[in-house]
Amino acid sequence: MLLGIIPFALIVLVYLLASDARLAENATDKLLPSFLQMGETINTYALNASKRTGEYLFWDDTYSSLKRLLLGMGIAALFGFMLGILTGAIPTLHAPLAPLLTVVSLVPPMAILPILFIVFGLDELSKVALIVIGVAPIIARDIQRCAQEIPREQLIKAQTLGASSWQVLVRVYTPQLLPRLINSVRLSLGSGWLFLIAAEAIASTDGLGYRIFLVRRYMSMDVILPYVAWITLLAFLLDWLLANISKKCFAWHYQGAA
Amino acid sequence: MANAVTAPVLIEAKNLWKKYGSNVVLERLNIRVTAGEFITMVGTSGCGKSTFLKMLLGMEQPTAGHLLLNGKPIPSEPDQSRGIVFQQYSVFPHLTVLENVVIAREFEHSPLLGKLFGKHKAKYLADASALLESVGLGNALKKYPHELSGGMKQRLAIAQALIRQPQILLLDEPFGALDPGIRADMHQLILKLWREHQLTVFMVTHDLSEGFYLGTRLWVFDKLRRDPHAPEAYGASITYDLPVTRKTDQTPADLKAAEIAL
Repeated sequence: MLLGIIPFALIVLVYLLASDARLAENATDKLLPSFLQMGETINTYALNASKRTGEYLFWDDTYSSLKRLLLGMGIAALFGFMLGILTGAIPTLHAPLAPLLTVVSLVPPMAILPILFIVFGLDELSKVALIVIGVAPIIARDIQRCAQEIPREQLIKAQTLGASSWQVLVRVYTPQLLPRLINSVRLSLGSGWLFLIAAEAIASTDGLGYRIFLVRRYMSMDVILPYVAWITLLAFLLDWLLANISKKCFAWHYQGAA
Repeated sequence: MANAVTAPVLIEAKNLWKKYGSNVVLERLNIRVTAGEFITMVGTSGCGKSTFLKMLLGMEQPTAGHLLLNGKPIPSEPDQSRGIVFQQYSVFPHLTVLENVVIAREFEHSPLLGKLFGKHKAKYLADASALLESVGLGNALKKYPHELSGGMKQRLAIAQALIRQPQILLLDEPFGALDPGIRADMHQLILKLWREHQLTVFMVTHDLSEGFYLGTRLWVFDKLRRDPHAPEAYGASITYDLPVTRKTDQTPADLKAAEIAL
C-alpha cells in the first residue's frame, strides 16, 4: 500500500517543481497552474452557482456525464449479456449469429458516430447509443466465450436432473456468467469513458468531456487538469464498486474452479 | 430364455453399430441386461466403452441397430431416467452442496424459474439432506464445491445423480482421479447405494481389479477383427461377458495381487 503511493507522490512532486519553476519565470503562465490556482477554479465551478445560469457547472457536468455513461453501460451490459448467452449456449443461434457478432464488434464505433448523429440527432440518445454500440459487442463476445467454457458435463448433468433447456439457461448459465459479466463491464468501462468523452467533445452542451474541450480554447489547464483527475477518480470508484459487488455476491467465483 | 423368469430385461442392444463417418467404433453389439445388475466395462482407450455409455445416456445415437430401454428405444436426450457421474466437472460450482441436490427438485416443480422459495422449497430440503447424509456429506451441506476434496465432490455428484430416483446409474470413470484410499471408501459407498436404491449400474473403468471387485458382470470391449492397413475399418464389440461372483472378503488389493500372480 505504502509502496504504491510512492510513484504518485513522485509525480505530484515533479509537477510541483515544474509548475513553480514556470510560474516564477512568468506569473501568468497557463500551462502548469499551481494547485492553489486549480483549487480556486474548481471552487468556483463546484461551489458557486454560475452567475449567468444559476447552475453549479462542475456537478451538472458530472451528473450529465455519469447519467450517459451508466445508461449506456447498463444497456450495453444487458444487450451484451443476452446476446452472448444466447449465442454461447444455443448452438442453433451460434451458427448464424456468431460471425455477424464478430464483424459488428470489429466496426470502429467512432467511425459510425456521424451516422448516429444523423439517425438519432445531436442530443442524449446518440451519445448513449455510441456507448452501447461500442461496448455491447465486446461484452457479448466475452460472455459468449465464457458460456462456451462451461463444461459440457454440467449441462448433461442438469439434463439428467430433469432440467429443460430454459431451466439450464436460467439456473446453470446465468448465475455462472453474472460474475463474468461484471468483469467484462469493468474491463470495457475504459472504452465506455472514451466513447462518452468523444461524443461530448463533438456535440454537446454539458458534460465533463464537453467542458474539457470547451476550455481548451482558452488553454485553461486549471480546469482541464482537475477535470481529468476527477474523471479518473470516478472511473476508479466505479471499478472498485463493481469489483466489490462481484466479490460480495459471487464469492464462489473467486475460489478457483470447482 | 432362462433368465426371463428372474428379472425383466431392462436394457437390450440388438445388432448395435456406431460409426463416425467411416470410423467404425462399435459393431454388432448384442446384449441383454436385467434390472439390478452392476456392469463394469473395461477396455483400451478408444475401444468404444465410453461411446456405449454415451448412447445409454442419450448423448449419442446408434448408427444402426436398436438400443432398447424396457423394450422401447432409449430416449434420445439425457433425462431423469438415467443418472450420470462423470470423472469431474459434474457439480455446479455456484451452488452449495445442498442446493446442488435440491436443484433437481426445483427443475421438477418450477418449470419457469427453476427455483423454489420458502415452504415450497422446505418440503424438499429434508429429503435432500437425508440423501446427502447417506453419501457422507451431512456435515458439508452449506459448503461450496470448491471447498470440497475430490472424493467429496464425487460423493456430491453421486447424490445428485440419485435424487430423481433413476432406474439406471451411469458412471464414467468416476473414481479415476481419486487417491487409492479414498477410492476404497467410494467403492463401499457405491455398493451400498446400489443395493439400497436397487439400481442398475453401468460403470466405465480402466482399472480391471476395480471392475472385478464392483461388478456382477464384467464386459471387455475389444476389436474382433483388425485390418492393419485400415485401423478404423472395424469396430469394437464386447469380447468377454463375464459373470462375476462377488466374494465379500475380497478387496481390490487382493485382486491386484491375483492379477500380478497370473
